[in-house]
Formats: sequence, structure tokens, C-alpha cells
Amino acid sequence: MRKILIMGATSAIAEATAREFARRGDALMLVGRSAERLQAIAADLKLRGAALAEVRVLDARDVDAYPALLDDAGRSLGGLDTALIAHGTLSDQAQCQLDAARMLEEFRINALSVMVLCTHLANRFEAQGQGTIAVISSVAGDRGRQSNYVYGSAKAAVTAFSSGLRQRLYPKGVRVVTIKPGFVDTPMTAAFKKGPLWASPPAVGKTIAQAMIRGTPVVYTPWFWWGIMAIIKAIPEFVFRRLKL
Amino acid sequence: MPRPMSWGRLPHGAQQVVGLSSRFEPLPAAESMLPYGNGRSYGDVCLNDDGSLLATRRLDRFIAFDPASGVFECEAGVLFSEIIELVLPCGWFPPVTPGTSLLTLGGAIANDVHGKNHHRLGSFGNHLIEFELLRSSGEILLCSPQQNAGWFAATVGGMGLTGLIRRAKIQLRRVPGPWIRGDSLRFSGLGEFFALSRESDQDYEYTVSWIDCTASGARRGRGIFMRGNHAPASGRPPPASALRMPLTPPISLVNSPSLNAFNRLYFHRPSAQARDALWHYRPFFYPLDGIGNWNRMYGPGGFFQYQCVVPQSDAEAALNEMLTRIGRSGMGSFLAVLKTFGHLPSLGMMSFPRPGATLALDFPNGGAATLSLLESLDEITRSAGGAVYPAKDARMSAASFQQYFPAWRRFGEYVDPRFSSSFWRRVTKEPGNSI
Repeated sequence: MRKILIMGATSAIAEATAREFARRGDALMLVGRSAERLQAIAADLKLRGAALAEVRVLDARDVDAYPALLDDAGRSLGGLDTALIAHGTLSDQAQCQLDAARMLEEFRINALSVMVLCTHLANRFEAQGQGTIAVISSVAGDRGRQSNYVYGSAKAAVTAFSSGLRQRLYPKGVRVVTIKPGFVDTPMTAAFKKGPLWASPPAVGKTIAQAMIRGTPVVYTPWFWWGIMAIIKAIPEFVFRRLKL
Repeated sequence: MPRPMSWGRLPHGAQQVVGLSSRFEPLPAAESMLPYGNGRSYGDVCLNDDGSLLATRRLDRFIAFDPASGVFECEAGVLFSEIIELVLPCGWFPPVTPGTSLLTLGGAIANDVHGKNHHRLGSFGNHLIEFELLRSSGEILLCSPQQNAGWFAATVGGMGLTGLIRRAKIQLRRVPGPWIRGDSLRFSGLGEFFALSRESDQDYEYTVSWIDCTASGARRGRGIFMRGNHAPASGRPPPASALRMPLTPPISLVNSPSLNAFNRLYFHRPSAQARDALWHYRPFFYPLDGIGNWNRMYGPGGFFQYQCVVPQSDAEAALNEMLTRIGRSGMGSFLAVLKTFGHLPSLGMMSFPRPGATLALDFPNGGAATLSLLESLDEITRSAGGAVYPAKDARMSAASFQQYFPAWRRFGEYVDPRFSSSFWRRVTKEPGNSI
């Protein structure tokens, strides 16, 4: 039985992934900002088979609370061996361009808080000689584009950070999984027009759970985003800078 | 979500989709909205042209299930298939289920759906313990037959118009497992069908018939009567089917030659006559759920479904006349279904099920010819004092609707001022009527 901490547990992707673990009878601690939404999700996960579904209310920006949270998770779940870091916001690029404080705030949520949590988890998992840390990055982190480079660069930081962490922890028996979702039909993307490239949270959740169980280093979900991003990354700058992506 | 459609895939106008993801969210500020579950109703009862749809499919959390008492509660977007997956291993099953498991709980309440056991257990609303209704005013009403009883009666069968159902609690029924044991019997005419119904309704919880609507003359009204009960048995469930219609063919695959051939083969297939047969619940209740997007076989024009109920006293004559007119038209259906309803009253003021015989048919959308055939079936239903099922309808006239559902004006007082549907506007928009 896995003992899993999920940050940003009310996100559609995290909830879909949690259902996969619940079905396997794992123990879960769900962390998010809304107590009533967390409790509704926890009740559902228990009925779906979760051995435990604990709820903790915490704003992910409160990074000083992380060590106590991890202590609590270890105590409440009878250990901690898996973490899924899924919190984040889809930054408003236009506002972040006008307002440096806003840009910094987005970075604090989408990059720095993730890196702080990874640091604590890494040291604990390294000491116990096993564990899996999964972080939800994004295809947007593969190359900065004018339409969302604040969000994209925060995710790029998460991608690079988790890549380094993966190398550091591999010999110690700890797996680090970098997840790069493409377009997923969630409340975060409610304002977008949907087309054939869009995936549903249940499909994405299944891929993520599988990758976490296997310890797959980097996962694009749906898989075809690997190809799309390979092309986008291959465009030379003298062309790329003229594009309106 | 992709462009919202109803199951009949008939052409319709544009609408804005608002996805709901938490049952604690307030309603959006839209002026005209309608809950949309999994799009399994056939016509325009789940559509709101030029307005907004509240997509409820992501309100899909289980809330509580007591394996001792069979009391089950979940959010409104949970599918019947998901409920069954959870509760059947503990020996429970939905008390009433329609012919698909791919409908949401909210849709089942809003259309007060019925199944093959109507003669025993009534319609779905009869098994509702309570539900929570969110009005556009922000008011939250907990409704049961005792509490907010007027709202309960308006919302059961209320076509989603009284507000958003966010969660509901139902009483499940005990079953020994996933198997149904019973008979499949050929009958040669409507008289024989009614005799079989009378004989079987006593001893069998589930009864339903398929009828060959292409047969004429002496063969008119022939069909296959199926009856069964939940039964203890062991065996391997049939493998989940991977069949689906991957795309919409350019023309309807349902036409006169294919209908004749299908109906003849279906009637004469050896397993049409079987005593003491054992069925897994999936092929028994949900034969078409195994074929993903089967509705695409009707081509880009979509199809109409017609389901009526006529009182028992005139049923044989009325149904005979309908089959004659359908036979003469050359239009018809793979899926002609005939069943008798029982006497347990529906709790919704707009519920469709009522005592009598109910006939359901599909027709490819052939434009004016199809519409005029359906209108001529409505003539028979009207003069028999019957009704047509709104969940299946895309074309009945306002006058017909108002005759079939005399409580519609009283119901109108419960309709949320910011909720509406294409169906509701159609059947209430008549000179002199303004709602």
C-alpha cells in the first residue's frame, strides 16, 4: 500500500489521479485550500477503495508549514513514500507583463513553492532510501512563448529542478517523475475553446498514476505532445521570434 | 467537452457550455441555463439553443453508501454504470434503470426514468429519498416527499427546469448478483403480447418486448417477449464490448431494406425462443451500451424517437393503428419496444409513466415525411388519452404537450426564472400562452 501526499488535491488532474490510487487501496493525504471540497473528494475516494483519505487545509504559498505537513503526513498515513505535487495557477500573461509583483507571485506559486516542497521531500526520501516524487510541470515549460512565458518559465524551472533531482536521487532508490500535461479540459482551462488536442482528466490521471507506479522519468500526457513539443523546440530562433505562438 | 448534442443528433443551434466541477460552486450569471448531464435524452429536452448549458458530468463524486441498508448518495453527474460498479459487488442495484447505463443520476431524476420493472417498482422518482436543489436565487432546497414536497414533485420529471440538482440520495434494491434468469418468447400479435404481459407481470420483475414494426398483414404485431428476475448464478460476465461507430456515415444506414432484413433475422434467430435462459445484467438491460455511439448509424441528419403511452382499455386498437400507419409509411425502427406500465403512481407532476402500454420507436430523420408520420401517431395518442415522453421528443406540438401534461401550468410556477430549454420554449410557445 502506498502512502501518498497530494498537494493541490482539488485540481481536476490530481483528483483523477487520486481515484486511480484509491482503486488500488492506497492511503492518501489531500492538501488544498477548500475544506469542503477536500472533504467531498475524500469521502468519494474512500468509497472508491482508499485505505485512508486524510484532509489538510493549507495554502501552498505557506512554504514554512511544509516540514510540519510532512511530519503530519508520515504520522497520519503510517509513513510517506509518494508525493504528487499538483498545485498551481494558470497565470494571466497580460497582467504579469504589466505588473512585476504579480509575475513574482505567479513564480512563487508555480515554481518556488514546488521547489521548496521537493527539497524537503527529497531529503526525507533520500534518508529512508525509497520514495516517489511526482511533479506536474507542463508542455508550456518546454519553450517560452509570448502568449504565456511567465507560466511557461515557472514550469521550465520545475522541469529543470526535477530533472536534477532525479539524477541526484536515482542512486538512492528515489524516483522523480516529471509530468507534462498538454491541454486538459479542467476548470483551470475553462475559458479556452476545446479541440481534438484536448484530453479529459480521467485519461490524464490514469497516465500519471501509471508513470508514478513505474517511476517513468518524464511523461507527456497525452503522449502525442512529445512530438508537438519536439517540433516547437526544433524551430530555430530566427524563425521562432517572428511567430505568434 | 465537444459540441453538446442530444442522443438523436438532430441539428440545433449554438449554446454556451459552462462546466461545473464542484457541487459547492454557485451558479454562473447566465440569463438562460439548463443542466446537461451525459446527453442521453433524445430530443431537445437537454438542449438550450442560444442559452447556456451547465455541464454536470464532473459533479461525479460518491458521497455515501451503506452496504447494510442500500442507501446511496452521490453528486448529480455520476453515471448509472459507475453506481453499479460500486454497489453491485455488495449485492445492490439501482431500483429502476432505463435501457442505458450511461445516463447521469440528475438526468434520471429530471426525466423520472422508468425501466422494465415499472409494473412492480414504478419509476425512478419512487425510490428517491431526497435531493438538493440549487435555485438561481442562490437558495438551496433539500427536497423529499415530505420536505419541500411541492419542489420535489416539480423536480422529479421536471426536465431540469426547476434548478440544478446537485446531489441525491436513493434507496437501492437487493440483488443476489449480476445475473437475470427468465424466458424469451416469440408472439405472433398484439393480443398474444397482452396475454403474455398479464400472465408474466405477476411472476416476473422485468418484462419487455421487441416488436417487428416492418411486419404487415397477418404478421403485424409479432415480436419477442422477454421476462426475467434477478437470480443467483455463477458464471463469467461477458467481455466488455469494444464495438463502436467511429464516425457518422454520410447517409443513414437505417433504411427500408436494412430494416426488413434486420427485423426478420432478429425475429427468427434461434435464441429468440428460450426458456429458463440466463443473462448477465449488461446485455439484458443495456444491449446498446456495448456499441459506442450507435446513434451515429442514422447518419448526419440524426433520428427521431417516438415513445408514447396509451391507456390499457384502448391499447390494443391504438397500437394496431400505429403499427399499420408505420408499416404503410415504410419508415421504421430496429428498436421498437413495447411494455405495459403498472399502476404505481409517479411522484412527479410532469412524469411520463402512467398506467397503460408504452411503445418506443426510432425513425431516421427523413424531414417532412417523418414529421408528418409522427404527427399522425400523435393523433392516435391524443384521441386515446395517452402521452408522449418529453425525454425522447423533438417535435410534438405545444397543443399535444399541453393535453398530455395537464399540470404544465402549475409546473410553470416552479420553473426557475433563469432556467429554460429548447423543449420548454417549444411546447409552451403558442398564441395565447406566455411562459
